[in-house]
Amino acid sequence: MSDFWLHPALILVLGAVLLPWVPERLKKAYLLLIPVLTFLRVWAMPHGTFGQVRFLEWVLVFGRVDALSAVFGYIMALMCVLGTLYGLQVREDGQQIASWTYVAGSLGVIYAGDFVTLFLFWELMAFSSVFLVWYRRRPESLAAGFRYLLVHVAGGLLLLAGLVLHCQARGSWAFEAFDLSHPTPAAYLVLAGFLLNAAVPPLHAWLPDAYAEGTFNGAVFLCAFTTKTAVYALCRGFAGLGLLVPLGVIMALYGVVYAVLENDCRRLLAYHIISQVGYMVAGVGLGTALAINGACAHAFAHILYKGLLFMGCGAVLHMTGRSKFTELGGLYRKMPWTFVFTLVGGLSISAFPLFSGFVSKAMIVQAGFEQHRLWAGYLLNLASVGTFLHTGLKVPYFIWFGKRQATEETWQRAAEPPWNMNLAMALTAVLCVFIGCHPQFLYRMLPHAVNYQPYTAYHVSETLQILLFTAVGFFLLIRKLEPEATISLDLDWFYRKGARVFLWLARRPVQWIDTQLGEAYRLAGLGPLLRSARAIGVFDHRVIDGLVDGLAGMFRRTGDRLRHVQRGAVQESLTLALALAAVILGFLFLR
Amino acid sequence: MRLLRFIEFLRRHLKTVVRLCLVLLAALVVIDAIPALVDKHDKVHTWAEAHLPGFWSLFGVVGCVLLILLSKAFGRAGIMQREDYYDE
Repeated sequence: MSDFWLHPALILVLGAVLLPWVPERLKKAYLLLIPVLTFLRVWAMPHGTFGQVRFLEWVLVFGRVDALSAVFGYIMALMCVLGTLYGLQVREDGQQIASWTYVAGSLGVIYAGDFVTLFLFWELMAFSSVFLVWYRRRPESLAAGFRYLLVHVAGGLLLLAGLVLHCQARGSWAFEAFDLSHPTPAAYLVLAGFLLNAAVPPLHAWLPDAYAEGTFNGAVFLCAFTTKTAVYALCRGFAGLGLLVPLGVIMALYGVVYAVLENDCRRLLAYHIISQVGYMVAGVGLGTALAINGACAHAFAHILYKGLLFMGCGAVLHMTGRSKFTELGGLYRKMPWTFVFTLVGGLSISAFPLFSGFVSKAMIVQAGFEQHRLWAGYLLNLASVGTFLHTGLKVPYFIWFGKRQATEETWQRAAEPPWNMNLAMALTAVLCVFIGCHPQFLYRMLPHAVNYQPYTAYHVSETLQILLFTAVGFFLLIRKLEPEATISLDLDWFYRKGARVFLWLARRPVQWIDTQLGEAYRLAGLGPLLRSARAIGVFDHRVIDGLVDGLAGMFRRTGDRLRHVQRGAVQESLTLALALAAVILGFLFLR
Repeated sequence: MRLLRFIEFLRRHLKTVVRLCLVLLAALVVIDAIPALVDKHDKVHTWAEAHLPGFWSLFGVVGCVLLILLSKAFGRAGIMQREDYYDE
């Protein structure tokens, strides 16, 4: 067992516990200090295995730090700093505590070396993140939060069942890669648990449902941690599982299709998380060194630019109270800097040269082509078209330009957000451009040695053509893309409507059967029961009581008679006894 | 607000901006067709990429149009509903 090892998650958890006691005037400094300390701890952590604790029959490993976990830990801790800075003015300790606990859960999973630890932190993430939805305090948020929690509890149970079966069969709880040549049903259960958190269709509907209902700053945390932690778990456990390639490609396109239809800008971004995580899942499925590097690099870049996009749209929501395209438009006059930052996020996610997505996404697409899965490469490029179409064009255009559809009240409220939100967005935007311009900074952190050069003339030409001609398509069909005040049905329909069917079943048929049974019982059961009880009462009174009383009387009378027979003369009694003995002996002899 | 003035400036000269963009688009296709500038050797994956100049331009515009039209058709097939659909 090793010496004490400071888990970065512990800093966040302790910081969260102490937060309510921090004096108001020190609060902002404290809110920045804890995430920065966590980041420094993550940054300075040497590789190795630490924090091993024997508990019952398990050896819990809290700190497995290797190339794979280090890159994920690094970006999670960095995002925690940026996200906390963004929500610095939120005067509700509960929200900060929830977000820090959520990040702690994510870091716990990433550094977990065994499945028990993984599962505990996995659940911590689900139960803390739901508060980031609930704190918005709308009735819709409450309902969405409960749906989110129920789905994640179901996913957690799948995971737990798989882990128990898997580890019992293998005799070890260590978190290692699964044997993909002979996947067992247990491995598939674990995979389902991971895929649910990665929001792989058909297990994805919780994501747009909940994230669009989160608080303006909570969504910045939500968009980063759950799905990318799941990508990490997939990288660790299922790298090279062929099934993940088609699943990832379907995800990438699924999110894009729904984004065309979406009217709420944050729900649109949520659908684009599904799309972007699709690239990573496909990368994990391809499983080559280049593909795994691509998945990790893309997760890293994605956390930053998606955080930036959610910050931009969150700023609009925070300042105007609106997030639907049909209630916004023309905001460039009021929030020009928010527009620029969001545009940087949009260009990064679309993989424009010099922005972060360009240096990460291409690795996955390239890996697909290298494995001669041409369809995967082309379809992922098609998803890039959709990504730029929505996040690079539709979101900025219909919020900051387009027809002004905001009410007068919304328009009056609109203004640039507070300094901390602007600063968080500016820092994130700078990081997105920095990674795009200096890919080696990111490549050095990746788990495998990188021999990849994104800036070739062909790749730049290919990307610019795809993206700029997408813009041509956008402006040609802009009428078709005019936002409409609708919602899009997704697979959550089954449990949202399904719950109603369940309620209806409970209220109508089940209630009816219950009433009928009650009535039948009253008529057919209760009357005879009363009669039989009465009969038993009579029987008890007459027969049982009579028998007991009779026996008692008999004993009393016999005793009385014996008392009269017995007069106390000893010789008389002896004579009688001897005579009786003689008679018996005689009888025995003569027989 | 210098940024705001810059955006207003671009909007005032929208026609010029659009023309510049069109020139840029044309230049992209032309550059793509010149092997000395864009070396396709060893980098392309299929015949079409190697021999069609501006293959990815076509891919971008056709892909974009297809995505919009097919998604909208999908939405119209019952996926897009009024906003109070889930309310009691």
